[in-house]
Amino acid sequence: MNTILETNSVYKIYQSGNLSVTAVENASITLRKGEFVAMVGPSGSGKTTLLALIAGLLRPTKGEIIIDGKDIVKMSDVERTRFRREKVGFTFQANNLVPFLTALENVELMLRMNKRYNRQTADLAKRLLIRLGLEDRLNNLPSQLSGGQQQRVAIARALVHDPAIVLADEPTAALDSERAFQVVQILAELIHEEERAAIMVTHDLRMVQFADRVIQMLDGKVARVIEARSEIEALAAIGQQQSPVQPQPHPKPKETSVPHLQPLPFPLPAFQPVGD
Amino acid sequence: MAWYLAVKEILRNRGRFLLFSLVIALITVLVLFIAALAQGLAEANKEYLEKLDAELIVFQKNVDLSTAASRIPRDKFNDIRRIEGVAEIGPLGFATATIVLDDKTPLLDVSLIGVEPGKPGMPPALEGTGLRSPRGYQTMIDGNVAKRTGIKVGDRIKIKTIVGSDEKFHTLEVVGITDGRQFFYAPSIFVPFNTWDSIKPQPNLNGQPTAVIANVVAVRIEPSVSPEIVAARIESRVSNVEVVDRKTAYEASPGYQAQQGTLNTQRGFTLLIGILVIGGFFQIQTLQKVPQIGVLKAIGTSNHSIAVAVVLQIVLVTILGVAIGSMLTFLLTLFLPAGIPILLSGTTALIAISTLLLIGPIGGMVSVRLALKVEPLAALGM
Ligand SMILES: Nc1ncnc2c1ncn2[C@@H]1O[C@H](COP(=O)(O)OP(=O)(O)OP(=O)(O)O)[C@@H](O)[C@H]1O
Ligand SMILES: [Mg+2]
Repeated sequence: MNTILETNSVYKIYQSGNLSVTAVENASITLRKGEFVAMVGPSGSGKTTLLALIAGLLRPTKGEIIIDGKDIVKMSDVERTRFRREKVGFTFQANNLVPFLTALENVELMLRMNKRYNRQTADLAKRLLIRLGLEDRLNNLPSQLSGGQQQRVAIARALVHDPAIVLADEPTAALDSERAFQVVQILAELIHEEERAAIMVTHDLRMVQFADRVIQMLDGKVARVIEARSEIEALAAIGQQQSPVQPQPHPKPKETSVPHLQPLPFPLPAFQPVGD
Repeated sequence: MAWYLAVKEILRNRGRFLLFSLVIALITVLVLFIAALAQGLAEANKEYLEKLDAELIVFQKNVDLSTAASRIPRDKFNDIRRIEGVAEIGPLGFATATIVLDDKTPLLDVSLIGVEPGKPGMPPALEGTGLRSPRGYQTMIDGNVAKRTGIKVGDRIKIKTIVGSDEKFHTLEVVGITDGRQFFYAPSIFVPFNTWDSIKPQPNLNGQPTAVIANVVAVRIEPSVSPEIVAARIESRVSNVEVVDRKTAYEASPGYQAQQGTLNTQRGFTLLIGILVIGGFFQIQTLQKVPQIGVLKAIGTSNHSIAVAVVLQIVLVTILGVAIGSMLTFLLTLFLPAGIPILLSGTTALIAISTLLLIGPIGGMVSVRLALKVEPLAALGM
């Protein structure tokens, strides 16, 4: 029912010499229309790799990735580039925008690339940017925009061409908390309003409060999918507690080979509601 | 798409791209200038022989085809003329003289060339009548002489020659102006062969008349015969001569090959430098643009568009640079003194400009490859 993305037992194994790193292991996730999903997990847990696999930027070692009814693994390079252009909306952590295009032109670029640039779509691009609070920044170059403004331009770019799926890699990493909340909130709103689907990778647990579901990655595996509202709120609360304070050493590192570099409480203490 | 990206980037980085166009413009000036110099010098050396209205030139044997060293005595003229396949001959004498003003101050060094009126070797008159009397003190001047001195048909000019250690002055009536006919790095004036023989500079022989001797003899052949056959006939039937075509003759002139070789090497190296400079610039620029190219690819720009955009930028910048450079060169030639032997014919300019336009894309190959190799994953910082 309205499944836009489905990955079935996806593996990504990096082979360097006789050393192999399993970056993603047996990952099966789904994404439905109108859903805003957050993907969290410690550093090295495979979040970016899984996102790149879904975007068709990487080929899985094994498994199927079905988006909008098509298995992108079976596509040729040219087909996948075209697929990204038409069906995917992207925001990146940094260097999001094309530096020599203005905010508006960056958004319009998606339309031009898809040969869908006309008066109506151009108007849509402008309205999206205005909606994102950038009405007086339309003709500024990225170098004249703050990090948060750049992220908002990237969000407009990720939506303007009516993609099947929006992929956001740590959209808040470069922002202060207030901006971060703003940006994620607007992203969630736009996804919900237009019945789109998005996966957002984030380090910041507080951001999960805007998500409909949370996919928790650990050691390349989908450790858990959290759907219950209460549990999501609880996770956000942990983030809230954590964020102003300094990184604390992890109390009980599980038998993972990857050292936990990030101040995130993984594995979470049994996902019990914390605080009130 | 490629056009859009290429042009937008150039317009938003006008300063950088313009600066680079200027570098290409300077390279263009250098290349065109060297080409013009090579052609100008070559022309100054060979123009008369190249335009000669004769297929063959008879030299004395064993003088390395030097027009200055070659001597063909008058008694051989008839021997040559009588050979089957020879239509017409004209003895040619080469010397140097100086056109002077009335007060004897030097005006212009010229080649003083003796030709038989109406025979091969006499250039066509574009103005005036041309030489007619076989012994008159009349002269036809090279168009370059007219241009540089303002001498007109009907003027009387005074020339100075050196005989022994004495300066001799002669007055000549200008009866015609021909086109450019430089010889041995000087513009020429033409006098009847007999006049030439009596006024030519020579070592002082105490007034004793010498036998009439030409330096070389120009031979026009019958239309139906091959020059090689006639040349071989002349060599076998006239003693002590060597017969060559015009090209062989001017290429044998002293220093010609070495000079052209040097200039062509310089031109080649300048073009090579151009390729390396353009290659280096765009390579560095592409390396700096890796994150940006990664984003473009990640959001679905095809490799094809990226490559075309890179090539377009290189081509646009090169075209602009070459255009500016060509204009600069043109302006430069307007302000150069007349004596500098630079000459740029349409063909030479066209060849030079198309080579210059090619060096952009050649130099840019590497950066296209670099751009194609950028992984869209770069956008994700992977
Ligand atoms: N090109 C590669 N070659 C080998 N190993 C790689 C490569 N790219 C990623 N990995 C490994 O795969 C694992 C997953 O990496 P990934 O970047 O997906 O983690 P992540 O969850 O995004 O981490 P972070 O939160 O730090 O961004 C890591 O152990 C990483 O070292
Ligand atoms: Mg990552």
